[in-house]
Amino acid sequence: MSTSTAPTLDAVERTRALLVSVDPGRRRIDRIMTVLVYGAFALAMVPLISLLWTVIDSGRVRFTLEFLTSTMRGIYGGIDAGGVYHAMIGTLVITLLAAVISVPVGLLTAIYLVEYGRGPLARAVTFFVDVMTGIPSIVAGLFAFALFTLILGPTGARTGLVGAVALSVLMIPVVVRSCEEMLKLVPNELREASYALGVPKWLTIVRVVLRTSVAGLTTGVLLAVARVIGETAPLVITAGTTDSYNVNPFDGRMMTLPVYIYSQWRQGVVPCREGQADCLADINELRAWAAALLLILIVMGLNLIGRLVTRWFSPKLR
Amino acid sequence: MAQRIDVKDLNIYYGDFLAVQDVSMTIDPKSVTAFIGPSGCGKSTFLRTLNRMHEVIPGARVEGSVELEGVDLYGADVDPVAVRRTVGMVFQRPNPFPTMSIKENVLAGVKLNNRKISKSDADELVERSLRGANLWNEVKDRLEKPGSGLSGGQQQRLCIARAIAVKPQVLLMDEPCSALDPISTLAIEDLIQELKKDYTIVIVTHNMQQAARVSDRTAFFNIAGTGKPGRLIEMNDTATIFSAPGEKATEDYVSGRFG
Amino acid sequence: MTTTDSPPAPAAVRPRQRRSGDTERGFSRVFRWISTGAGALLLGVLAAVALFLIVRAFPAFTAGAEQLHDAGKVPGSFGSLLGYVGPLVFGTLLASVLALVVATPISVGIALFISHYAPRRLASIIGYVVDLLAAIPSVVFGLWGVYVFSGLVGDLWVWFADVLNLILGANVEASPTGRSLATASLVLAVMILPIITAVSREVFLQTPKLHEEAALALGATRWEMIRTAVLPFGRSGVISAAMLGLGRALGETMAVLMILSPGLSYSFQIFDSGRHTTIAANIASRFPEANGLAIDVLIATGLALFVITLAVNMLARWIVARRKEFSGAN
Repeated sequence: MSTSTAPTLDAVERTRALLVSVDPGRRRIDRIMTVLVYGAFALAMVPLISLLWTVIDSGRVRFTLEFLTSTMRGIYGGIDAGGVYHAMIGTLVITLLAAVISVPVGLLTAIYLVEYGRGPLARAVTFFVDVMTGIPSIVAGLFAFALFTLILGPTGARTGLVGAVALSVLMIPVVVRSCEEMLKLVPNELREASYALGVPKWLTIVRVVLRTSVAGLTTGVLLAVARVIGETAPLVITAGTTDSYNVNPFDGRMMTLPVYIYSQWRQGVVPCREGQADCLADINELRAWAAALLLILIVMGLNLIGRLVTRWFSPKLR
Repeated sequence: MAQRIDVKDLNIYYGDFLAVQDVSMTIDPKSVTAFIGPSGCGKSTFLRTLNRMHEVIPGARVEGSVELEGVDLYGADVDPVAVRRTVGMVFQRPNPFPTMSIKENVLAGVKLNNRKISKSDADELVERSLRGANLWNEVKDRLEKPGSGLSGGQQQRLCIARAIAVKPQVLLMDEPCSALDPISTLAIEDLIQELKKDYTIVIVTHNMQQAARVSDRTAFFNIAGTGKPGRLIEMNDTATIFSAPGEKATEDYVSGRFG
Repeated sequence: MTTTDSPPAPAAVRPRQRRSGDTERGFSRVFRWISTGAGALLLGVLAAVALFLIVRAFPAFTAGAEQLHDAGKVPGSFGSLLGYVGPLVFGTLLASVLALVVATPISVGIALFISHYAPRRLASIIGYVVDLLAAIPSVVFGLWGVYVFSGLVGDLWVWFADVLNLILGANVEASPTGRSLATASLVLAVMILPIITAVSREVFLQTPKLHEEAALALGATRWEMIRTAVLPFGRSGVISAAMLGLGRALGETMAVLMILSPGLSYSFQIFDSGRHTTIAANIASRFPEANGLAIDVLIATGLALFVITLAVNMLARWIVARRKEFSGAN
């Protein structure tokens, strides 16, 4: 055992060398990786900021009350008019219809998985819910189209309903996933307490489990709606495009916001004659940006409301 | 090889919360020093400041100095990575890397240095470290098998082998036997006795018999109440602490009256 | 039979057959059937998707070359359905794989930034920001891609092609419009960043503290700790995250449709326009004006896309499931 109270100078120097010397190569690699990791994040922010800035900057030009309250009926060329009212209504009707189809199926499936699910069927459902989240949206559109043309014949497949069915295929797995998560959060003690009072299982699920998780379920549904409300491709091939207002999902084509953006972009630059008054060459582009701004506002709004619902209305379990 | 540690007026904070207050002690080289005390008294926290592992926890910081052979571990030009290389650590639960074989586990620390170590050197180092950890005879035939296939006690000795493979000066052990059965515990205790020939060893333990069996000196930590900082109550030769402690609290603790 | 599950002996004394609370009478039984039915319906929907696509695509399989050419609107140079689907599949895979190659390292970087580099409060904000990226509709990405991004990178591609041609003597063509596969792939990469990041982040956060501390205590720098403890632990998670991202990229329609100026060739001239298109974009652009056999042909290509994405997603889920078993065993 060493008895020296003060370490010798030599030992101090050797220890200092041990504690200070770091292989500069290792330090450099560590620093490079730190820079790369920060850089990856910064790099991902560039498109996000550019995109949001462009949408806001270009979208606000035509983002007026008139734009929100008029349709494209009778609008041609570069006329300084026209709006998204019909597309907003179409999006509202189709999304609501999709939610009406998806929420019961999705919620019941989630209940099945959490409350009853055992055995091979439950495992298959869990697996294929995940697989279904990966179905390309255009394939969902093709499916809805094929389904309705085989049932109703070749003319029956261009209505809002077909679009809603296509969106449901995309929405159901999302609803199942998020509702399943929420139902799992309900503590088992609550269920057991209810059983102990002699409440039958289905009533326990409805009165206790669903009521406890209602805020989470609402959030899940809102987020699922936000997911499908921006879907374009399946609606392009099912609900189609139209210039006028249509509120009946069972008859005729129906415009939606995302499809509106797409079709405005497709029309491209208007060939205006030199000096022609009342002709804006880039009117279609501006309408597309304004509609994009509206769509992003709706999606962000849904996301925000979804999060606030959980924050405000989630039951205090503990 | 082994070096002494001098701690002066050390305060440890988590954010604004003072966790351990005003610790000063000297830890002799080539000896075993045990830290005992009730749960939450800050002995593990203090142990971690001896190789700056507490810095892993966000908001943790220290005031005061910890000197290794006269060099402050918290000095401006000292690198925490080099500190941890010089002051090795063994944890409460054995934690061999699950994706690596036994051999790779032993070499994990050495490989970090990017040194191209030749195969024969590597094999020699693996054997020396595993022998040093009293594990060689049990695993020499399955060096390429994953380390997670070993028993708990073997895994812990593998972790010790991994720690001594980087040739540290000091070895910190944070309740190394608390997750092990009695037989494995005995094996580790024997190992500690051998390791102290080469290393300065600091061990935190909940088990007072263990402290009495393995350590040369014992430090008793205590806490006045929840929310109060932990303190070093007294430190002395192990025999003195267990037979004639200077403080009432120490006597109560070692005689099993509380904790 | 005391273990049988379904037929409850009506009046007889019931031995303890089920877990507590599972006494099912009257509506409880109906409710179980309803919810089980919903689960089964979901499987039915998936089966129906496959079935209806196959039924509608069938005429395209059996049509002759001339029929395909005339009624199916398949360009004359392709003699069979397979010849038509081939370049589409090629374009789809090329665009998606390029997107994946770009997105995966960046996503892993962001995931590490959130899990191991950023201060905790900042990390959760960044999590939200990345989710924000996921919430932007693809048609808006397309709009941005075609009006803003393609113009920016078009010049870059031309310059890049010039440099490559000069130095390597390669024969790289680039379109100054930027409406090429490379541009579309970059936008796709941005679009699949959030999913890969989210899954990777979850896996990285699950790395046992024990192993991280073990690495640090051996004197590892932060990056070395990540390399020894975090990355080996999260590898299969990152792989399946990448597969999920690939699935997204394969099926993504609008961004590609709007950015890419289409063509049908097996070409690696990714900086040139009019060379490639993807299955999804091809369907979306032709479907609204198609009729008769042309629709069947497009549905047949959709079926191909469905099969490819299904395979990729099942592979990804299988990797995840296998990983769960792995960590459960430990």
